Amino acid sequence: MSVTTEQVESRVIETLASFGPDISQITRTATFEELDIDSLDLVELAQVVEDEYGVILKGEDMKQLKTVGDAIDLIVERAGK
Amino acid sequence: MSSRFERRRVVVTGVGAVTPLGVGATMLHDRWVAGECGIVGGAGACREFDPRDHLSVKEARRLDRFSQLAVIAAGEAIAQAGWEGEQAYDPMRIGCVIATGIGGQSTIEAQLDVMRLRGAKMVSPLGIPQYMPNAAAAAVTMRYALRGQSYGVVSACASGGHAIGSALRMIQYGDADAVVCGGAEATLTDFGFACFNSMQALSPTGISRPFDARRDGFVMGEGAGVLVMEDAEAAAARGASILAEVVGYGSTTDAYHLTAPEPTGGPAARAIELAIHDAGAEPSQIDYINAHGTSTQLNDAAETAALKLALGEEARRIPISSTKSAIGHLLGAAGAVEAVATVRTLITGVIAPTLGYEVPDPDCDLDYVPGESRPLITGNGLPPLAVSNSFAFGGHNVSLAIRGALR
Repeated sequence: MSVTTEQVESRVIETLASFGPDISQITRTATFEELDIDSLDLVELAQVVEDEYGVILKGEDMKQLKTVGDAIDLIVERAGK
Repeated sequence: MSSRFERRRVVVTGVGAVTPLGVGATMLHDRWVAGECGIVGGAGACREFDPRDHLSVKEARRLDRFSQLAVIAAGEAIAQAGWEGEQAYDPMRIGCVIATGIGGQSTIEAQLDVMRLRGAKMVSPLGIPQYMPNAAAAAVTMRYALRGQSYGVVSACASGGHAIGSALRMIQYGDADAVVCGGAEATLTDFGFACFNSMQALSPTGISRPFDARRDGFVMGEGAGVLVMEDAEAAAARGASILAEVVGYGSTTDAYHLTAPEPTGGPAARAIELAIHDAGAEPSQIDYINAHGTSTQLNDAAETAALKLALGEEARRIPISSTKSAIGHLLGAAGAVEAVATVRTLITGVIAPTLGYEVPDPDCDLDYVPGESRPLITGNGLPPLAVSNSFAFGGHNVSLAIRGALR
């Protein structure tokens, strides 16, 4: 399966925006803390990612993520394997 | 009753409601007094409530509808109490008891669909925190930073009454200086209707007409009612405007049948007697009764029997009306919404009628305030005294005694 970074970025941003933060604030450098995205939101994001790209993100993977860009990069890396 | 401690007096300083008659406690009572009915198509939906008007995207998607209704009703009550912007008390001294009959039913249904269609791994992590029956209590505490004891109360259609009774005791005993209490329910789903229909509890005609000979079941509604209750001395010290005083609480159980009321009304009558005794009052001092009055054959006959047992001949003198004639049966929210309506009755001095009541039933032979609203008349020069009843599937009985504020 080939997934482009752009595709993942757009899907991640769209999903995070559905959780509440204003879409204009969701940039690669924005932190989850700034966006008020908590662990429950990240589990939902992981469900979307698994459903869409077959990438399984575990709790310990998610804990490492600080920014939106971190999440996008990890998903792209795992999807490419 | 012997008292081992001096009980504190407890006053109501704020009320809020979201009901089929609109968003707001004033709307509820004013429209009911005007004879408006919020029931459309056999259901009492909160058609004027749009969560987007009140909640952020994040708040709304994390709360089941019953919790959304609760936080909005709580917001109205807290604003009226004058707490907005500053806490009136140490947050650790403010409790919160929000009842529900069922909890987040639409969330359970939606997540069951997800599991069946897309697998267990796709079930939302927000499922449990949305459908747990204490979710509304948790949501209200978080939104308003209430840090005293808090919990949900579950006793089907008596839940709202139990929440207020628990809050009353919490303040009387000194475990809290103030409590935000009430009930919320949102079960107007296909599954909710299917379950109540299979019990033959719902009205096939879709008409709520309590105590009328033609009554044929209850009409399901949704909504929330919340009261801010405070220690009377503390409320007076901070200059709060006092709406009413909760003076009595009584509760018993039928231990008779899963759903049918005990037909003599004996245990329900005892709850009413306990509430009146708790208030230090006599039946002759009661000026109004807000009935449970569901519009089922069994409840309305048993409630009438209970009122006659508890009040004797006085039962024939006291005007009795049912809020459910205007909004349907709000299940776990009913007792709280009806307490709010009772407080508005005491404030305005206007008793709303039992809408749709036209044909008398020999088993229901009291004054159910047919036709039009009428003035609340007190005979003794004291502030008016009202009783509000809630009875439930499971045999739970609650009666509250509420007195108007001194004017």
